[in-house]
Amino acid sequence: MTFRTATCITLLTVAFATPLHADTRSDAVAQVDFGITVAQRGLWREAIYRWERAVEIDPTYAAAFNDLAVGYEHEGQLEKARQAYEKALALEPNNAQIRQNYDLFKEINDRTDGAKETP
Amino acid sequence: MTEQTAQKKRRSLVLAALVAITAGSTLACGATYFEIPIETPIRAKLDVSAFQRVLIAGFVAGGTDDVDANQETVRLLRSQLRSKSSLRVIDADVMELTSIAQEQNKTAGAGEDSAPSRATNGSAGTASDEKAGPLPLPAEIKDEKDLEPYERLFANTAYWKRIGEEYQNPLIVTGTVLFMPHTRSGFVSRDVEDYDSFGRRRVRPVRTYMERKGFILRPKFIFIDGRTGATIHSQSHREEVLYNAQQNTPALSSYFELMDKIVPDFLQALSSQKIRGTRVLLK
Repeated sequence: MTFRTATCITLLTVAFATPLHADTRSDAVAQVDFGITVAQRGLWREAIYRWERAVEIDPTYAAAFNDLAVGYEHEGQLEKARQAYEKALALEPNNAQIRQNYDLFKEINDRTDGAKETP
Repeated sequence: MTEQTAQKKRRSLVLAALVAITAGSTLACGATYFEIPIETPIRAKLDVSAFQRVLIAGFVAGGTDDVDANQETVRLLRSQLRSKSSLRVIDADVMELTSIAQEQNKTAGAGEDSAPSRATNGSAGTASDEKAGPLPLPAEIKDEKDLEPYERLFANTAYWKRIGEEYQNPLIVTGTVLFMPHTRSGFVSRDVEDYDSFGRRRVRPVRTYMERKGFILRPKFIFIDGRTGATIHSQSHREEVLYNAQQNTPALSSYFELMDKIVPDFLQALSSQKIRGTRVLLK
């Protein structure tokens, strides 16, 4: 009887602990999902718009910042991409996929000002 | 006993339900990441809209005699620009800048206000640092030190302006190329495959002392405005390759191997590039 009660309490806690956060997150996830769908069809500007909305709705959503960074990178907006990657990594420092994206991005970014320039 | 069995059964059911919920939610969410190809556009470093044509003039080259770095670099850059840039590449004889610089040095040393030119009118040019007196130019260029005195050739705006006039004011690309042999000894880490006493294959890193030889390529590309003779941009690179001492790699193939790494950066100075890659989108 005690075990059953404890299980029920645990399940209820998990289900209803953060309903507000879940609402915000699910709205942001919907934007991210749509962004991914349109990016896969080559509509990068629309995708960026969606991911920008997602990070506005939920500024703690690391995946949205990651996707936004990829979108900026594809559009050649390298400074914005760097900022978005860094935000994503600040939110999820141990996310290997974000780290991998960022490392690949840095390789390109470094190349753009890698050679020694003189006027 | 019966009560214990029933309790165990209940626990198993709860556990099974939890596993099912986790699996169900994972399936419902679907994949959480997607690989996507991207093309990152990189803007050209230089605004070359004022030029319609480009002259890859020649390079002061040195290092090894196995490769004519001047000829090869001119040939390679011209062919790359033909296919990857909107600028029209001027077909002209490759300039022997080493001997041109030596001629200029002689005339400057003789106190004359002249420099030899490939220009048809044969008019003279003035070295910018003539008042300081010419530095002696080494006949053979073996390293960076030997190249240094040749740098004054690129500061001779009158000379380059005249070359520009001769070819109707193109963008001029010139510079120095040092391609030299290189050896290095030291500990190198490599994977060694062996089998343990049970016949199982294993790979372990082993540090061994090795003598390796190869080449260093150090090009410096100088971009000159053919209308004024002034340098508008320059960029230096350094690449090296090392092989096992027993390996006999031809110098020319090493030269191309190293240039392959440098050419994208060179092209990026003149024309916008798209760099292809793959990224991961996350949910």
